[in-house]
Amino acid sequence: MSGDKELTRRVFLMKAAVFVSAALAATTAVPIIGYLASPLRRLGKKLKWVSLGPVENFPSGRTRLASFQSPNGEPWDGLTDRTACWVRRVDESTFQVFAINCAHLGCPVRWFEQSQLFMCPCHGGVYYADGSRASGPPPRGLFEYPWRVELGRLMIHAGQLPTLSTEA
Amino acid sequence: MRFLGKIARWFDDRLKLGPFLRETALHPVPRRSASWWYVFGSAALVLLTLQIATGVLLSLVYVPDAGQAYNSLLALDHNVAFGWFLRALHGWGADFMVAVVLVHMAQVFLFGAYKYPRELTWMGGVFLLALTLAMAFTGQVLRFDQDAYWGLGIGASIMGRVPLIGAAMVHLMLGGPIIAGAALSRFFALHVFVLPGLLAAFVGLHLLLVLKLGINEWPMPGRIVRRESYLQEYEDLLHSEGVPFFPHAVWKDLIFAAAIVAAVAGCAAILGPFGPRGVPDPSLIDASPRPDFFFLWLFAMLALLPPAIETPILLIGPPLVIGALLVLPFWAGEGEKSWRRRPVAVLSLTLIAVSLAALTHLAFHAPWSPVMDAWKAAPIPRSDLRDRSPLELKGALVLQNMQCRNCHSLGGVGGHRGPALDAVASRLTKDQLIRQVIQGGGNMPAYGKNISPAEVTALVAYLETLRPKGGPPAREAALQDIQRSKADALKR
Repeated sequence: MSGDKELTRRVFLMKAAVFVSAALAATTAVPIIGYLASPLRRLGKKLKWVSLGPVENFPSGRTRLASFQSPNGEPWDGLTDRTACWVRRVDESTFQVFAINCAHLGCPVRWFEQSQLFMCPCHGGVYYADGSRASGPPPRGLFEYPWRVELGRLMIHAGQLPTLSTEA
Repeated sequence: MRFLGKIARWFDDRLKLGPFLRETALHPVPRRSASWWYVFGSAALVLLTLQIATGVLLSLVYVPDAGQAYNSLLALDHNVAFGWFLRALHGWGADFMVAVVLVHMAQVFLFGAYKYPRELTWMGGVFLLALTLAMAFTGQVLRFDQDAYWGLGIGASIMGRVPLIGAAMVHLMLGGPIIAGAALSRFFALHVFVLPGLLAAFVGLHLLLVLKLGINEWPMPGRIVRRESYLQEYEDLLHSEGVPFFPHAVWKDLIFAAAIVAAVAGCAAILGPFGPRGVPDPSLIDASPRPDFFFLWLFAMLALLPPAIETPILLIGPPLVIGALLVLPFWAGEGEKSWRRRPVAVLSLTLIAVSLAALTHLAFHAPWSPVMDAWKAAPIPRSDLRDRSPLELKGALVLQNMQCRNCHSLGGVGGHRGPALDAVASRLTKDQLIRQVIQGGGNMPAYGKNISPAEVTALVAYLETLRPKGGPPAREAALQDIQRSKADALKR
């Protein structure tokens, strides 16, 4: 009888110890999970207007390469926070700004003035001058940045890598 | 010698590892399993050791900083004594390790070694394969050049295809909204801490199971594995023809591992380190990213999959493959072990090997990629210009200037995305050529808006001259039918 009682107390203490430790571990895990998930706090919020330079740099009817510093860069990013994009000036007051990343898998597309096509070096995606899909594996046209002209400068709303679920 | 023995005994009195080590070294293996076919697992272990050693050595110089990683790789290659050789050893060691792990897995599969009671050993092995591939990918990222940068872009683009949580996956993978310093830091942590830790744990489990369960016996046709009797049969086999692992089997392991390490060192010394290819500056867009050797098959698959099923295959494929590998020992846990009586197993393995090899081979040539500078760098063969009229020669100029050669070859030079144009006039009539140029179709862009009628006339005039000497030009199939039926009517 007394043996049983002692056993029960031991079992209780054991269970209590396990419970307390588990509770402590779970509490400690909260900040760790928060730390790991910290990149998610920037989701969709950190896009900013950045300048691509004076609008005179982009002659009407032409498509030119431009580059900008990502507004989400850090001092330790080296050159990787620089981003390129294609600026098409349709007419005096209309622009299209395309992300450099192919809509298929993000490789850098190149512009060919003569044939008026964008071609991707990875899997052969091709786009027309207006960014629409011409051929190859891309599921859609090129990603476009929202743009506006401010004090004679072309501005785009940018700051994240464009993919099928994170649009430019 | 006696002094050394005394030291050893002093340690063993405290560690008490002697019996375990003796048991490990002398554990009996079936005589026929002390075979050259059973050396791949230990070779993979030796390569892992080489990777850890060279990896630690590289980390003495390498800087995991997006701004400086590339420079530290250049310093390793050019300023640090034998730095290039260490990089080459680590790079070639990685390629050999993936290869040896795959061969080991194929051998284990063919010899039925995953069957009862070694299911858990196989499942651990599946995770080891996944970890090895993960090490290969993260390692390629640490070689922080243009391939690494755009490779991360491809990884992020695949994550971006996940429904609902795609954006979150992209940001979690990159550690932020862009490919930059945070991405390199987390891939460094994965490659140097997380994945090696998991590898060590799974290798430990794998080895422990090999010791506890014994090495697979040589499969004999007709010797059926049954849950009720296998353990006793294996025991009997060890009694009748067991030999101690040391020295009967271990010398083959040693010689093969030494040969593999020598091959790694030879490749490293002769062929040198991989890359780095180009500063990781995303505003330099003249990059044509390529993955390392062991992901070339994936690169090919991404180009060849029909767009409609690409996302489902990318997202469901990997879990399906891993799931199938994990389920295999439960689905076929008993029965024949010998490949002579397992035609489906042999055929499946052959199919997988041939597919991977064919995709890898294709990826070397990447016929789906346009050759970006062909339009200015690939001249038209002289024979394709001789005896042409001025209009046709103007058409040849249009062909070059419109970048047609980026996707179409002449004389074997140029892109292979579209068909070669050497004999295009014997396949397409004038009308078909005009329609193809203007409307495109069949994976060719429509040029209608970007080309003037005069240019189309010249281009098609030139294309019509491209057919074998004396060969007939293409004729409208419908026209041929009409002519034939007319002829038939006349005959009647």
